[in-house]
Amino acid sequence: MLAMLSDQPLLAALTALLGLGATFGALLGFAAIRFRVEGNPISDQINALLPQTQCGQCGYPGCRPYSEAIADGDSINKCPPGGEETIQALADLLDVEPQPLDAEHGVEKEPVVAWIREDECIGCTKCIQACPVDAILGAAKVMHTVIADECTGCDLCIEPCPVDCIDLIPRKEGISFWHWSLPEDRASRYDVIATDAATRDAA
Amino acid sequence: MRTIHDIHGGIHPPERKALSRPGDLQRAPIPPVLVLPVRQHLGVPALPVVAVGDTVMGGQLLAEAQGVMSVPVHAPTSGTVAAIESRPIAHASGLTDQCIVIQTDGDDHWLAFEGITSWRETDPARLVERIREAGIAGLGGAGFPTAVKLSPGPARSIETLLINGTECEPYITADDTLMQCRADELVEGAHILAHILSADSILIGIEDNKPDAIARVQAAISRAGATIELATFPTKYPSGGEKQIIEILTGQQVPSGGIPADIGIVCVNPGTAVATQQAIIDGKPLTHRIVTLTGEALAAPQNVSACLGTPITQLLEHAALSAEAQQRIIHGGPMMGFAVSDLNAPITKITNCLLAPTATELPLPEPAQPCIRCGHCAEACPASLLPQQLYWYARAKDQEQLAEHRLFDCIECGACAYVCPSQIPLVQYYRAAKGQIRDSEQEKRRSDNSRERFEARQARLEAETAAREAKRAARKAAAQSQAAKNGSDPIQEAIERAKARKAEQEPNP
Repeated sequence: MLAMLSDQPLLAALTALLGLGATFGALLGFAAIRFRVEGNPISDQINALLPQTQCGQCGYPGCRPYSEAIADGDSINKCPPGGEETIQALADLLDVEPQPLDAEHGVEKEPVVAWIREDECIGCTKCIQACPVDAILGAAKVMHTVIADECTGCDLCIEPCPVDCIDLIPRKEGISFWHWSLPEDRASRYDVIATDAATRDAA
Repeated sequence: MRTIHDIHGGIHPPERKALSRPGDLQRAPIPPVLVLPVRQHLGVPALPVVAVGDTVMGGQLLAEAQGVMSVPVHAPTSGTVAAIESRPIAHASGLTDQCIVIQTDGDDHWLAFEGITSWRETDPARLVERIREAGIAGLGGAGFPTAVKLSPGPARSIETLLINGTECEPYITADDTLMQCRADELVEGAHILAHILSADSILIGIEDNKPDAIARVQAAISRAGATIELATFPTKYPSGGEKQIIEILTGQQVPSGGIPADIGIVCVNPGTAVATQQAIIDGKPLTHRIVTLTGEALAAPQNVSACLGTPITQLLEHAALSAEAQQRIIHGGPMMGFAVSDLNAPITKITNCLLAPTATELPLPEPAQPCIRCGHCAEACPASLLPQQLYWYARAKDQEQLAEHRLFDCIECGACAYVCPSQIPLVQYYRAAKGQIRDSEQEKRRSDNSRERFEARQARLEAETAAREAKRAARKAAAQSQAAKNGSDPIQEAIERAKARKAEQEPNP
């Protein structure tokens, strides 16, 4: 056998290649079974970036379904609550060009929470059934109320309410939510030319 | 003699401290109206316990603490509660916050208080409780609830109580005045705090530009026959930062993200020590503080002891403000303070200085020029950070790199912006970046919580559907087995019954 191989270099090369191929193929096959990943890690990472309002404005019933759709190639600009920031984060993760928010699905708004006008609530439980995060408390024929800390402001409870007693109020108002904003970016205007300075002083 | 260490960086801006004549403490008049914000400290706002129309006495509780990270508010004089509403407060945002407004009656009637004179025999926990009830928040400027600071937890044993009498910021002389005029109270307050913390030693640190304060505190220490060490060190801004003074006096660094208690030190402002003394010995809550009124636009710059809640405009009037066009009033010092947008805003527990500069004294900053990467900021930074890199990353909103470059170790002292030849408002970039990072962390927590709740709800709905399906299948199986037993098909029977009924209803034509 060895003598035959040394006589025929072509055959020797082929055997060696086949041998290597078989070995590494077996190794890869074993690894694929041994280190199998459950679920879809990409869609998990995408889901971690989505704002989890569960509002369905993207056309999917919740953030996880949308993250799975993005993993399957849907566009990344369908999430109004996340806005530009989420699109940028998704673009960085998936290494694609960021796109402007698709206006068909809504526009970026200030974060809100639902607020039930309790005098008007008739206790129909329809909003409780609509809430995707179980943030509304109450029972049949007794007043309902929103747990403000849990509410995502998805507005899914507004439409089912038969007496229109739910308002969406801004979530981040008042002094505890204020923080300094970046200074107006004058430094990026490179007005260092002397003649520019003269016109600036005149203005 | 203690070895004095040096900190990295720092600057020497003009001190301008003599302007407000430190050591000469005046009483500010009681204004006709006091406006007391329910949040004068760091943490959760206090909850009002009085109603509009109530008559209150000096020292009476107006709003009680809500939880641990909160301090109560007391009435600084007698009068009537005129309103509880949103009013402008002294805050960089210029926003309003809930305030209790008191119409003062000028009689200044006070409740009677009972102190704890035998504090040495009293359980520290009870003294901490008394300090909490007295509404004491750090008087140095941050307003951290003192009772929280005094409860470092059993895991940390405190060796040293450090009284930080540095007051390194230009213009301000409130602590200097306090140390000169209330040195005995300061020494007693320090002893009480050390007893609470079971600290082995007490160290008072004063910058060497305050010789009068040093002499008076030294005299008070010998009068009390106490073993308190008084350390003086060279003047440099910002030696008064908590982490900076600890490094200057001990050579130790507070770990990044940690607190001084991690290395066995608790650091308090002299004003806080005096407030503690009054709360324990006299039983009096914190209702007044010393404020420096200074700046060249004031004809009578001075230090006053003023009621908390006094409108800023009243104090400026008292110091004879000759306002020029577009007069800026700065709350705090020239390095770390902010311009007040509404002078009806009141002073609070954190107001150590009101600065009314003329336009030539502190001109408005020139427009910022591009960064030329000179590196002066890195030389000036007392926290050994790279301000220039932080600036670029703050502009790019690169939160990962900001964390990598230790943005949260920045003490916002403004030394970098002071030395910047391009006049870039560096600190504002860092403050904005810190705000954005805190904001996105909060949003992240919220969204994680929502995800969990959404998934729990999905799981519950699925389980409910599955249970319903299982029930239906069981019923079907039961019916089928019944049919098999009887030898007839229930579906077929039902169809036949329906047919029969139909036939009955439609009589043959």
